[in-house]
Amino acid sequence: MKKFNGKVLFLDRSDINTDEIIPAKYLTEVSKKALKPYLLEDLNLEGFNPQIDTRCKSVIITRANFGCGSSREHAPWALEVNGFFLVIAQSFARIFRQNMFNCGMLAAELPDKTINYIFNTFSGKETFIETILEKKEFIIKADDLIEKVNFVLSDFDLSLLKSGGWVEYADSKY
Amino acid sequence: MGKTIAEKIFDSHQIDNPSEDIHVIRLDAVFCHEITTPIAINDLIGRGKDRVFDSSKIKAVIDHVTPAKDSKTAMQGKILRDWARRHDIRNFFDIGRNGVCHAIFPEKGFARPGYTIIMGDSHTCTYGAFGAFAAGVGTTALEVGILKGVCAFRYPKTIQIQITGRVPDGVFSKDIILSIIGRLGVNGATNKIIEFTGPVVEKMSMEARMTLCNMAIEAGATCGICYPDMTTVEYLWEFIKNEYTSQETALKAYEIYVSDPDAQYDDLIEHDVGNLSPQITFGYKPDHVRPVKDMEGVKIDQVYIGSCTNGRIEDLRVAAQVLKNNAVHESVRGIVSPATPTVYLRALEEGLIQIFMDAGFCVTNPTCGACLGMSNGVLAEGEVCASTTNRNFNGRMGKGGMVHLMSPATAAATAIAGHITNSKLFKG
Repeated sequence: MKKFNGKVLFLDRSDINTDEIIPAKYLTEVSKKALKPYLLEDLNLEGFNPQIDTRCKSVIITRANFGCGSSREHAPWALEVNGFFLVIAQSFARIFRQNMFNCGMLAAELPDKTINYIFNTFSGKETFIETILEKKEFIIKADDLIEKVNFVLSDFDLSLLKSGGWVEYADSKY
Repeated sequence: MGKTIAEKIFDSHQIDNPSEDIHVIRLDAVFCHEITTPIAINDLIGRGKDRVFDSSKIKAVIDHVTPAKDSKTAMQGKILRDWARRHDIRNFFDIGRNGVCHAIFPEKGFARPGYTIIMGDSHTCTYGAFGAFAAGVGTTALEVGILKGVCAFRYPKTIQIQITGRVPDGVFSKDIILSIIGRLGVNGATNKIIEFTGPVVEKMSMEARMTLCNMAIEAGATCGICYPDMTTVEYLWEFIKNEYTSQETALKAYEIYVSDPDAQYDDLIEHDVGNLSPQITFGYKPDHVRPVKDMEGVKIDQVYIGSCTNGRIEDLRVAAQVLKNNAVHESVRGIVSPATPTVYLRALEEGLIQIFMDAGFCVTNPTCGACLGMSNGVLAEGEVCASTTNRNFNGRMGKGGMVHLMSPATAAATAIAGHITNSKLFKG
């Protein structure tokens, strides 16, 4: 199972779509690795530089409806090959969220108020997240600040993370 | 308690309920194209599971980049083609017979009332027009669909949108769905199904219903869905005439896929289109919608008529009606992509292709190409496109380009004027 810890990239915008996460022109690639240089290349966010801002980060915290648009699993793959295994958002588009779990990656939804609080408290600071899956808890750290936040994870989603994704789960069961 | 159409379909297809509201359902059809399927095929091979659950229930097409534009897209086509041959997938549509997936599969009668359908493509929601549950999925879910014929979904919650009022002349299904997305927002129906009902939908052709359901995903919906009726039966008749003694018998069989009067909804919305004017998008999100007249005069570089939203015969007829005896403005490039070979042939027979070419349009083969900036009409940085497609995301049709979504009538009028404008069909 993947680990869901690391330094945070804050993306302070709602409705970030899969074309922004990985533009369609790269969908001709047939390997996940080839997507690595293009993550968030077309993100429409003032001052954002994908090459510099994603460096050494492995968790994304963002607003509502992350991953809307196309069904392309290339979006979670582009995150995966860049070391991002965890996205925390106020909400996700359905297909993107399912794709994350189908790849054994974690997409966690937190209430509006909590997301606002995290942005207000941690955004702009060098922030780290540690995930305690058993307790369904994130530990968020920056400077001398520490916050613990609980998240919801269904048994089904947890079993997808543990069994290494939906293919093995379904083939053994159905 | 009564059930919605989606609940009825789920209940008749459920094979497992592994956790809370997660339902694993049996699939009646799995559709494939060359962008999202090859990676699934390669992964299945890598796992030693290069099998298909039922080759007669799998349909495949090469549509996104066709003919191949480079070695990479040629390889994507080859992987799909070889796989279709290897597994005896008879309904595989290659060059010469291929068209945009969500236009060609309905045309072949592959979508039926009560069906469950998945595809590795977000606009799979189009098939809801037939009273089917159809949803876009990622590559892994597609892979499991191919292998096992099952897929997992949350139990459906439904928003019913009753479309009422007399549709004004020059206002089309595209204008209606844009106005609905503008009202709901891009996140307004996430994890929900949108049931389109009411007198306006009842009068719509299958083509118009497909335009409506096609863009349900732009409000976040899992699927758009319409009740099957005589229009559905008539559209499907050539494919089902051996199964039923008469159209009335078929209708009776299909009518079990209509929501019960006491079904429970998440929300009930009445959407009156009596005063609706043609609609257009202005920003980078499909809910950035306003009347065309508010954008009047905005200069454009390219007009694109085609796609799974508006590349069908009715769309071409309307565009040609506006274009007839007119020429594309000298500052504009016009491109039309009939969505399937059948649409192309009918457009030829009806003289529509002549009208497009006389006006100065480039007529391409059926393909998705330009809609997602992959081929056949990619924008340069700073260029603006008036488009009948379904997404106006930043960079969608080419990095640094701007896309304004609209109906074929508005697109045709805009091509003539060289700037955004209403068509003469709209008298408002």
